[in-house]
Amino acid sequence: MNEPIRRVSMIVALLFCSLLISTTWIQFVSAKGLDNRPGNRRTLLDSYSRERGAILVGGSPIAKSVPTKDDLKYIRTYPSGKLYSQVTGYYSFTYGAGGGIEGSEDALLSGQSDKLFYRRVVDMVTGKVPSGANIELTINAKVQKAADKALGNQRGAVVALDPRTGAILAMVSHPQYDPASLSGHNLDAVAAAWKTLNADPNQPMVNRAIAGNLYPPGSTFKLVTAAAALSSGTFTEASLIPGPATLDLPQTTVNLPTDDHRPCGPGNKTTLTHALEISCNTAFGWLGLQLGGDALRAQAGKFGFGDTLKVPMWVTPSTVPAQLNAPQTAQSAIGQYDVRVTPLQMAMVSAAIANKGIVMSPYLIKDTRNSDLEIIEQTQPEQLSQAITPDVAAALTRMMIAVVQSGTGTPAQITGIQVAGKTGTAQHEKGSAPHAWFTAFAPADNPTIAVAVVVEDGGNAGSEAFGGKVAGPIARQVIEAAMNP
Amino acid sequence: MSIVTSFRPRTRRNVELLLLLLAVAIVMVAYLNVGLAIDGTFPPDLLKYGSGLLALSVGFHLVLRWRASYADPLLLPIATLLNGLGLVMIHRLDLAHSRSGSALLAPKQLMWSTLAVLIAAGVIIVLRDHRHLRRFTFTAMALGLGMLLMPLMPGIGRSINGSRIWIGIGPLSFQPGEVAKILLAIFFAGYLVQTRDVLSLVGRRFAGIGLPRAQDLGPILIAWLASVGVLVFEKDLGSSLMFFGLFVAMLYVATERRSWIAIGMVLFCAGAYVAYLMFGHVQTRVLLWLDPFSAKALAASDQLVKGLMGMAKGGLLGSGLGRGHPELTYFAESDFIIPSFGEELGLIGLFALLLLYALMVERGLRTALGVRDGFGKLLAFGLSFSMALQCFVVVGGVTRVIPLTGLTMPFLSYGGSSLLANWTLVALLLRISDQARRPLPDAAELATVADAPTQVVTLR
Repeated sequence: MNEPIRRVSMIVALLFCSLLISTTWIQFVSAKGLDNRPGNRRTLLDSYSRERGAILVGGSPIAKSVPTKDDLKYIRTYPSGKLYSQVTGYYSFTYGAGGGIEGSEDALLSGQSDKLFYRRVVDMVTGKVPSGANIELTINAKVQKAADKALGNQRGAVVALDPRTGAILAMVSHPQYDPASLSGHNLDAVAAAWKTLNADPNQPMVNRAIAGNLYPPGSTFKLVTAAAALSSGTFTEASLIPGPATLDLPQTTVNLPTDDHRPCGPGNKTTLTHALEISCNTAFGWLGLQLGGDALRAQAGKFGFGDTLKVPMWVTPSTVPAQLNAPQTAQSAIGQYDVRVTPLQMAMVSAAIANKGIVMSPYLIKDTRNSDLEIIEQTQPEQLSQAITPDVAAALTRMMIAVVQSGTGTPAQITGIQVAGKTGTAQHEKGSAPHAWFTAFAPADNPTIAVAVVVEDGGNAGSEAFGGKVAGPIARQVIEAAMNP
Repeated sequence: MSIVTSFRPRTRRNVELLLLLLAVAIVMVAYLNVGLAIDGTFPPDLLKYGSGLLALSVGFHLVLRWRASYADPLLLPIATLLNGLGLVMIHRLDLAHSRSGSALLAPKQLMWSTLAVLIAAGVIIVLRDHRHLRRFTFTAMALGLGMLLMPLMPGIGRSINGSRIWIGIGPLSFQPGEVAKILLAIFFAGYLVQTRDVLSLVGRRFAGIGLPRAQDLGPILIAWLASVGVLVFEKDLGSSLMFFGLFVAMLYVATERRSWIAIGMVLFCAGAYVAYLMFGHVQTRVLLWLDPFSAKALAASDQLVKGLMGMAKGGLLGSGLGRGHPELTYFAESDFIIPSFGEELGLIGLFALLLLYALMVERGLRTALGVRDGFGKLLAFGLSFSMALQCFVVVGGVTRVIPLTGLTMPFLSYGGSSLLANWTLVALLLRISDQARRPLPDAAELATVADAPTQVVTLR
């Protein structure tokens, strides 16, 4: 019987080997992934036992940990209240870190990141209590406050970028919430707040600027159509194109009218510049048909549509559907049908036009500092793509100036500063008022800020809403805040 | 040229004593470690517990010197070390849960440990020769099967953590499967040593493997039905796998026919698969095993996930005793004591523990190789193999090698039945190893016997 015993001994050895492998797999190979899983209480307890890094705007904290006397040694506070809720996100003992920088940069803030490895070793040797890294944002507090105030009690979002670098100057999404209501140590109150926030039909925890339900861009998308037209070489800003009261769409009985059911110019013709100035639907529908869906899609792609961006929160990609038939192409050319965008994407379109056609990758983190405020890492601006040539950008800039000077965008005028912009009024659901859009940059000759504003369901203006009237003034106030230091 | 030396095995009892002192020292350091980490003070009862553990294990050691002087020298120190470390972890979890009074688990575990060691010593003293157990082959069968099925009896059967492998009488709860493991190993050994010749007959050959005759399939079918019954009605894959695996392995060792392993594996897989298709609780277990992080699995149980996160947090070196959060996992002191150790002692500590178990099993298998009688061989093999299989089922369950079960880790886990059964198991192995290592009477001794007068009354 000894031979089979020896053989079974080999099997026993294999069984134990499998256990050595499985434990190694869990405790070594996949340990980091398990540690970073949402809802890992051990990681959370671990991070509560040391001071979490602060999130800073202009050097002053918008999220910081302060010592407490209870079991969890630190409590997270948000000195600016709701103002930055979608930017910071929340840091909750029960629900983990999420919703913004707190979630996407948890490793840095909690001090677990590999980037802090050297620091941790030093701390271990010197016996210093390790602490997380501080994160300085690109946000300009003044611009953020202006955007928040201008949006007021309306649902919607505002994004402002520095077109030269891609740095995000403001990111506001309404309605907001108070992240402190989730970071408290009274866990019952936190659970109640969590439940209320999640049950709210207005979804305050969604960052409308970069995620959530995407918006139809409406006429702001005509910038992309115009860019495709100018880039095709067939059209210039002065080209005369058809602009009838109603554009007869092929393959369907549903036709495309202008907003006021009148022709856009004498003899049913208009220049490209004038078509953008008054936001002529039929002219841009016709352009779309001439260019084709693929050309529109390709141009949109160059502006960043379809890209998965991280700012460092994930940005939902904006989309132009593929394989459009003729009527769908005409509808898409004026930003309707199934074209869907984030406000950030529309700000990137303006920013690209402002920046000689170059799209810069948007980013929110200026730099990362250790607890002694020495810089660990600094974000370098990066080019995402070249969307259009500098010549096309210059032509579009002139056209957008015309929009604000004498077209639909007059509410965004600022004395002494030339603003270039484009309005949008996006139909989205039968029975609800259209979303009001405005995207702009300024000063037109040397742009330092690009803005996109969306006000859901026309905001307080309701069905009377037009992009210029509702969203234009918001964009103006944001730009003014950036211009007047 | 060859040199023939007369080799007389040494008893190695002094080695055992030295290792035993080391084991007690490790346990005391661990206990001190917990005290310093949690309270920041020197635990006042360290010497009391330390000397108690020392007295108990050295007492057992003396019993071995007296009644089984050639017994394997590694089994006792390993069992002592594992039992002691388990006590430390249970004490540490008591502190983490702020238990007090009768809710404290460590004192109960200590009481059961004492009782278990006394019973094991009793086994060594009373059972002078393991072959005596062969007389109880069918008694063991009846008792073993009874114990195995007891949790199904209404009134005393209890379902804890999803598995119905417990019985409860008053405040006491007991896992009879632990004791059944030993009884069934005795039964299988006794039964197979009688029937091995018949069971190894070859009927027809198929794909190069000699298949047994159809009329000899009875025993394996009965064992299979019993194991499927355990899986379905007691909802415990671990117990089922353990008993059937034990039977098939012992059948293979007894008959030396690989076909039994093939038949056993086919039967078990088929049975388990049918049970998976038919029963919701088996499907839940499989879901928890394959995809524990899915929303559906988390809704059923997040215990496995919590254990995994604990182990991950431990990493290579562990948080150190008293510095992790093993209390976040349910059943951290029984079914999930391995993740608790993984978290606080790290991968390195867990490897050490697993190697201790592997070493213990290896000493048992070596005993099986060395012992001269068939019954002893089969019994030593069965006992060691059941220990190996149980380790595999428990650790494999918490590390996602196989679906999670409700079995406990021998010696480490909290539980009286487990301690009693495993200390008795070690006592039996010690007894058999004494036979295995004891030298045969040499030729000179035999000669004196041969030369001795055969008559009872000496005639002048």
